[in-house]
Amino acid sequence: MSHRLASGGRLIDRRQPVNFSFNGRQMSGFAGDTLAAGLLGAGQTLLGRSFKYHRPRGVVASGAEEPNALLGLGQGDRFEPNQRATTTELFEGLAATSQNHWPRLEFDLLALNNLVPQFLTAGFYYKTFLWPRAFWKHVYEPVIRRSAGLGEAPGPRTRDPDRYEQIYAFADVMVIGGGIAGLQAALAAAESGARVALWEQSAHWGGRAPVDGIEIDGTPAEDWITATLARLAAMENVQLRLRTMGAGVHDHGYVLGYERVSDHAPGDDAPRHRLWRMRAGRIITATGAIERPLSFAGNDVPGVMLASAMRDYLVNYAVAPGQEVVIVTNNDDAYRTALALRRAGIGVAAVVDARADPAGPLPQAARAAGIRILAGSGIRKVKGGRHVKGVEVCAIDSRGVAHTAQLDCDAVGMSGGWSPVVHLWSHCGGKLIWDEGGHFFRPDPARPPLGQDGAGFVLACGSANGDLGPVLGDAQATGCRAAQAMGADGAASDAGRDTPAEMAEMEPVWIMPRAAEYDLRAKMWLDFQNDVKVSDIQLAAREGFHSVEHAKRYTTLGMATDQGKLSNINGLAILSDALGQPIPATGTTTFRPPYTPISLAAIAGEARGPLFQPLRRTPMQDWHDAHGADWEPVGQWRRPFAYLRKGEGRTAAVNREVRNVRTGVGMLDASTLGKILVSGPDAARFMDMLYTGMMSSLKPGRCRYGLMCNENGFLMDDGVVARLDEGRFLVHTTSGGADHIHGWMEDWLQCEWWDWQVHTVNMTEQFAQVAVAGPKARHLLERLGGMDLSREAMPFMSFAEGALGGFDARVFRISFSGELGFEIAVPASQGRALWARLMAEGADLDVMPYGTEALHILRAEKGFIMIGDETDGTVIPQDLGLNWAISKKKTDFLGKRGMERVAMQDPDRWTLVGLETLHGTVLPHGALALAPGHNANGQRQTQGRVTSSYYSANLGCGIAMGLVANGPDRMGEVLDFAGPKDRIIQARIVDPVRIDKDGERQNV
Amino acid sequence: MLSLTCPCCGITAEETEFTPGGEAHLTRSGPGSSDSSYEAYMFQRKNPRGVHFERWRHAYGCGKWFIAARDTVTLEVFGTYPAQTTEPPAEIVTQIRARRPDWTPEPQGAA
Repeated sequence: MSHRLASGGRLIDRRQPVNFSFNGRQMSGFAGDTLAAGLLGAGQTLLGRSFKYHRPRGVVASGAEEPNALLGLGQGDRFEPNQRATTTELFEGLAATSQNHWPRLEFDLLALNNLVPQFLTAGFYYKTFLWPRAFWKHVYEPVIRRSAGLGEAPGPRTRDPDRYEQIYAFADVMVIGGGIAGLQAALAAAESGARVALWEQSAHWGGRAPVDGIEIDGTPAEDWITATLARLAAMENVQLRLRTMGAGVHDHGYVLGYERVSDHAPGDDAPRHRLWRMRAGRIITATGAIERPLSFAGNDVPGVMLASAMRDYLVNYAVAPGQEVVIVTNNDDAYRTALALRRAGIGVAAVVDARADPAGPLPQAARAAGIRILAGSGIRKVKGGRHVKGVEVCAIDSRGVAHTAQLDCDAVGMSGGWSPVVHLWSHCGGKLIWDEGGHFFRPDPARPPLGQDGAGFVLACGSANGDLGPVLGDAQATGCRAAQAMGADGAASDAGRDTPAEMAEMEPVWIMPRAAEYDLRAKMWLDFQNDVKVSDIQLAAREGFHSVEHAKRYTTLGMATDQGKLSNINGLAILSDALGQPIPATGTTTFRPPYTPISLAAIAGEARGPLFQPLRRTPMQDWHDAHGADWEPVGQWRRPFAYLRKGEGRTAAVNREVRNVRTGVGMLDASTLGKILVSGPDAARFMDMLYTGMMSSLKPGRCRYGLMCNENGFLMDDGVVARLDEGRFLVHTTSGGADHIHGWMEDWLQCEWWDWQVHTVNMTEQFAQVAVAGPKARHLLERLGGMDLSREAMPFMSFAEGALGGFDARVFRISFSGELGFEIAVPASQGRALWARLMAEGADLDVMPYGTEALHILRAEKGFIMIGDETDGTVIPQDLGLNWAISKKKTDFLGKRGMERVAMQDPDRWTLVGLETLHGTVLPHGALALAPGHNANGQRQTQGRVTSSYYSANLGCGIAMGLVANGPDRMGEVLDFAGPKDRIIQARIVDPVRIDKDGERQNV
Repeated sequence: MLSLTCPCCGITAEETEFTPGGEAHLTRSGPGSSDSSYEAYMFQRKNPRGVHFERWRHAYGCGKWFIAARDTVTLEVFGTYPAQTTEPPAEIVTQIRARRPDWTPEPQGAA
């Protein structure tokens, strides 16, 4: 059983005990522990159940590569599933729970999955879920969904109470990884004069060197680390960050960093996570290497760990993995663990070494220490279920039918060699080469990711570069090279001299024993988190999944939250073996950011709640808010849908507002309408290109309605144009279209007709605009005085500027309701006062504000179209009966060529009509008009659809507009519309203009 | 995320400060043009592995459109230049040829 030793532990403070709980059981560790160290120190080796088979699982690794030790952390609003125990720092009161078992961790009924040998093999889902169909719903979904998985999501009502932030930063040289190579590279770059940032994902500098007993300049690595850190901290051009992971390297030196600011100290006022958005000139990856597991039967039983992880727990936290340990290896490095265990007084039953003659300095030291070495051997299988009880040893090249020795032990340390962490090098296109000596992929310096200048911008150093021996010399040179590329060529001090023990050659072992029979291979785990075994990869290869990307997806190898940090190289070695090709011919899957999962909240940063999107406010917004506005989002604006009086519902309010405009006078806040000033000697010519109609013939002082199309000929925007004078036009756009139309204008002026002298300004927010509509509109406005608003002085579709009641006004005589209407534009600063003045002056006229729904109904009663209702990006103006607004005289305008296409000339196009149900009800919005027959998919043929549909309080019935094949030629015809639940609603084709066909009311 | 330099205001900024506008140097096909020329103008776009000319607008800056010559595979940027031209300027072509000797500019207007 794992346990805490009485002394030692370089990272823990024994004077500070820390209490925490696991599945409700109180435990105790020390300040400086990770959660994994605390649990192992407390003797807890069983931490969870596996994804598919519910096999018992414990800690395998000591860092970010951990596949098994995923726990639920925290409670209530702060609960988070799938948190890695190996990278979680212990704090007082931490509450952890295990995942994916039922009913209990120790007794899991779903472990039955493990007993049926053919169950859940590679491609199981594809093979099994096909038929019978009914099984989908009743068996597979409920049972398998319940059985497979990791942690559970937090409850739907929980809300993350913590704060997250983002920060932009810049560096000449960004060093990722604070081991000795990263420290040395950062120092060299900083001494050269570069601005340097150095990030380390864990809470400690120095990486593995102190654990491995490396000496630098003749003293323990710890001394050199302390001294180097002090030098870095004293330099103004250096930023140091602990607990900050280089999550991803992106285009042109963009790096995302994930800083866990206060995960280890909850309750602090600090943000929980911080996302660094770094632009760096050069990036040095000093991200180290990860040890590979070995594939032997039962390599997932709790108690089996990476040999390096055992050493980490022992040296850093004084936690021993067991009382009696077996080490199994194919390289010299694992002997460091055997020696460290022996020094700590832990029993080492044997080192099982696949090599025939382990004779390097480390094996010799082990022999000298009296450690038994079983050469040319491998583990046949691990004995034990919920914990290691022993191992059976066999000859490494055998089929493993019988064992040659049995060893009692309660922990197994395995080492299959090391893989450089090449993720960050690869994220942005850096290529890898296969290292024949080290049997791993390492960065190919000839093919780095390229920056905007075409030069490589990522450099790897240390073991991340495949250097498993001394690293400091190369790290120093790399730091200088990166700084020089950024123009910093000051003198850097000499590199430290690191002297790790010599390593004899390793011997790759991808399956142990090499000729293992099926029963053993079916118990050799590759991907611990996704439960993928050696036999699964071999099955995939037999079934034709030869590409590594296909085999990965078929078996789910490397697709878990650890992204295969332990499993990928072993998996593709086995795939290569099954395909009879060398490993480099198989290649790797794609490395994608982030390196380990980062919180979505960090990606969102402060952009949530009211800060998610800026809110655009008209000058009258507060008045609306104080007078019952029922808000509706319109792009980034909020507009009143209707103004609810006390005790009044939405429908009643809308009906009241609609009636009032036709009988009295109503006011609409039209400030959101787009207002773009187009001016210059070529303004008229430009307007003729923008609009389908003729705008150059518009007289100053007059208004004209116009349509804008894109080059497809599809209707894009509409509105009233006012010609202010010979060289200036004021373009009104829809509320949602202002920015887009302004961009559209600029595109044509800058990129196509750049020799035309035209200037555009988007003045939407500079003006407040109020529509005053209804039979009493003129009466109300005349009370303000100062301008002649008579029919003679200001006829329909004209405008005038003046002082209206003391306001600097531009009054347009236009109407979108069909009533006598004026729109008054004033500088935004005067909008609120104008609105209040009109409301006060009109009190005895029963003036009322009306909202967007009334606006819609009033225009629909008049058959006026609305962009976004009658149009959907496939509708041309001719479909809407707007031929009168398309000039036949102009040789060109935007969209004219598009309208010339055969399909746009088709006489059977769906065309605008009015619709009225036979019983006066309201048609469902968007309902389709059915036609006889069915299409190839067995669906009913259609011949039209409803584009707008409302209840009209003025007419006392439902009114609708729609597009119907040949519609205008079919007046009076009754069509079937598809309603909810297959109900048919019959409606008659009518004239879309329902009120005041001749336009008398607006023309008084 | 690309880093681009606006040739109009001279600022080097994050990709999110710009909006993309697709392939550059298209020739507009107006009324009366053939169906095939209109189709090419509207719908047929190059999608090369390698040298490409793209329209970008400095939307959250000076508002100007410009053209970026870049490699779609390596993400190298050979240069940016104002949009008021129907073909890449000579110095941009020289820049590209210096790094991509095999590349030849296509005749413009063949969109």
